[in-house]
Amino acid sequence: MKELIALPLLALILILQTAIISNISLLGGYADLMLVALSAWALQDDVETSWHWAIFGGILVGSVSALPWYIPVIGYLLTVALARFMVKRIWQAPILAIFVLVFLGTLTTHFLSITALRISGSPLSIADALSTVTLPSLFINLFLALPAYPIFRDLAVWVYDIEDVQ
Amino acid sequence: MKSSFSRSLQTTIIFLVVGGILALALGGYFSPTSDFLGTSFISAQTWVSYRFLTIRDFFNAPSDIVSLQQRNGQLEAEVSGLQTQVIQLQQQLTDTQVLAALVDFSQTNPESVYKAASVIGRDPSPFLHYIIINSGSSDGLRRGMPVVTNQGLIGRIDAVIANAARVQLITDPTSAVNVRLQNADTDAVLVGSTTGDLNLEMISQDVEVQEGDVVLTSGLGGNYPSDLLVGQLFNLRTRDYELFQQASVQSAVDFSRLEIVLVIMNFNPIDIAPLTPEETP
Repeated sequence: MKELIALPLLALILILQTAIISNISLLGGYADLMLVALSAWALQDDVETSWHWAIFGGILVGSVSALPWYIPVIGYLLTVALARFMVKRIWQAPILAIFVLVFLGTLTTHFLSITALRISGSPLSIADALSTVTLPSLFINLFLALPAYPIFRDLAVWVYDIEDVQ
Repeated sequence: MKSSFSRSLQTTIIFLVVGGILALALGGYFSPTSDFLGTSFISAQTWVSYRFLTIRDFFNAPSDIVSLQQRNGQLEAEVSGLQTQVIQLQQQLTDTQVLAALVDFSQTNPESVYKAASVIGRDPSPFLHYIIINSGSSDGLRRGMPVVTNQGLIGRIDAVIANAARVQLITDPTSAVNVRLQNADTDAVLVGSTTGDLNLEMISQDVEVQEGDVVLTSGLGGNYPSDLLVGQLFNLRTRDYELFQQASVQSAVDFSRLEIVLVIMNFNPIDIAPLTPEETP
């Protein structure tokens, strides 16, 4: 039952993203709070609902953004898939794992966004997009990843009543 | 009888002596002595009084500290409340100034009907330049309606729900606005970019344009009404081997600080897509 916390929490993250985070930009890029949250959640060992979170978070972002709705869904699902893959291999170093995951997740979602915009006819310069949007976004996302992991660790402990050994 | 007389005599003598001493003292004959006694008395009184006050303060101080702390807390709460009020009033003042500017704008452009809306968010994707406003179809907003501020054009409504709408800014990379240069009297196309810069394309090589020329909407294409201020031309790039000249446009609108916008309600965008000839394979 506690797993339903995902609904208000992801809605709150979306509100924070659109109202605050999207206004705090570095060059042309800004943080993807939903991606960071989903990455931190999916990296927790005992979490079983990360796929559901990714779909719900992706639909929420897709419903607000002018991007095609399925782009954030696919991007977040790929990020969660990567996280579940990593949990079984480098889980002993969670900080390293979250950094790697956020790095790759940001690149994945941005690659999907650029591809979708190019297909839809947007004259997007890939070089400009990478230098003015993706790189600054990567930097901010990695900065946010550090506090995100322990916060979602605590959330996982609360949701699944697990013994926190870290 | 004799003893009674002698007691009365003694009493009388004592009164006379005391009275005499007082008279001498009042007459100033005992000044050194009375000064010494007075000073000693006052010193003793001061010492006792001081010790008494110190002891009384010692016993009363805790209650005073508690009451002072309570009072201090009340005052601090009052100060923070007043500070909050000041911030709210400053915000209201800013909103009022923005609204006053928008009212001025609507009064100077009476041909349009405006609906004011607050900006409540931005697109989560950094590749796109969209804002979200707090008015929607229940307020009469429809897709395609132009959105302006008192400083000029900012975009048009891209999607609408009951109580909110998404506005595509003219800085969006997929935005294209037909404009004209007021001084040169020629048409061009204004396009956005990932970085939010505005670029002017399709300026004919034959036309002489200058930096500082005012850029207005032309109304061609039916997406925007004509003669809305867009900005000023700068950084003109003319190359002989290219078909068209290019330039950058400096908008008067600060797109990063949009708070309140005006939707032009009485403009119906025209969809000319059916008139566009289809490509045949």
